[in-house]
Amino acid sequence: MGTFELTDKATLENLEIVNAFLEEHLGEAGCPFKDQMQIVVVAEEIYVNIAHYAYFPETGMFTLKLEIREDPCEAELTFIDSGMPFNPLEMEDPDITLPAEERDVGGLGILMMKKMMDSISYENTDGHNILKVIKKFRKASLDGWF
Amino acid sequence: MLNIEKFSNGSELTMALTGRLDTTTSPDLERDLRDSIDGITELTIDMGGLDYISSAGLRVLLSAQKIMNKQGAMKVVNVNAVIMQIFNVTGFSQILDIQ
Repeated sequence: MGTFELTDKATLENLEIVNAFLEEHLGEAGCPFKDQMQIVVVAEEIYVNIAHYAYFPETGMFTLKLEIREDPCEAELTFIDSGMPFNPLEMEDPDITLPAEERDVGGLGILMMKKMMDSISYENTDGHNILKVIKKFRKASLDGWF
Repeated sequence: MLNIEKFSNGSELTMALTGRLDTTTSPDLERDLRDSIDGITELTIDMGGLDYISSAGLRVLLSAQKIMNKQGAMKVVNVNAVIMQIFNVTGFSQILDIQ
């Protein structure tokens, strides 16, 4: 179904570009709204983390590769940056059973990624953080939603 | 993009959200809440027009919930399936009053 690539500066302002890139190609591939939104939320969590921390206090570049496959339908997103090595899969999950007063939101983005994607892998190769997530989906029916 | 509409009736306040509650827009809701929440005992967040919420939005909801736990009650209404799943996987469905 296609491979697409986006490379730009990893700034918070460019989050909109990341979202638009994903929604354009996922929409064209017939990815249902619910799956699209799950992918976009997880992509935001990964991207914002790169924009905030990877090159801190400097700014650097990121690449997002999107591969959409058919039979079964799935979207594979690969985020690549050359910043500080960071493996999100090594982070401990936050305690999500605590009452509001004792809650912190740290780590929730990574938790969402783990629970809402079908597969996640991380590697650091030649100074690049390479984080790959895969989400399976069923093609949208004619109404374009579920 | 996030649009916030406010309806108040004495100490009751409803904030109706349309769009996305993400890293870019969450500061808008945080600011609006901070300016409006004084003296409110019943806060309703209407998510009928909201597509999704990221962890930045969860952070704002959590701080609003903590404030309302002290001064009254807060409920979240009209939550779509995407947002409900996010509340479930993050445990927010346990700390928010979702109706």
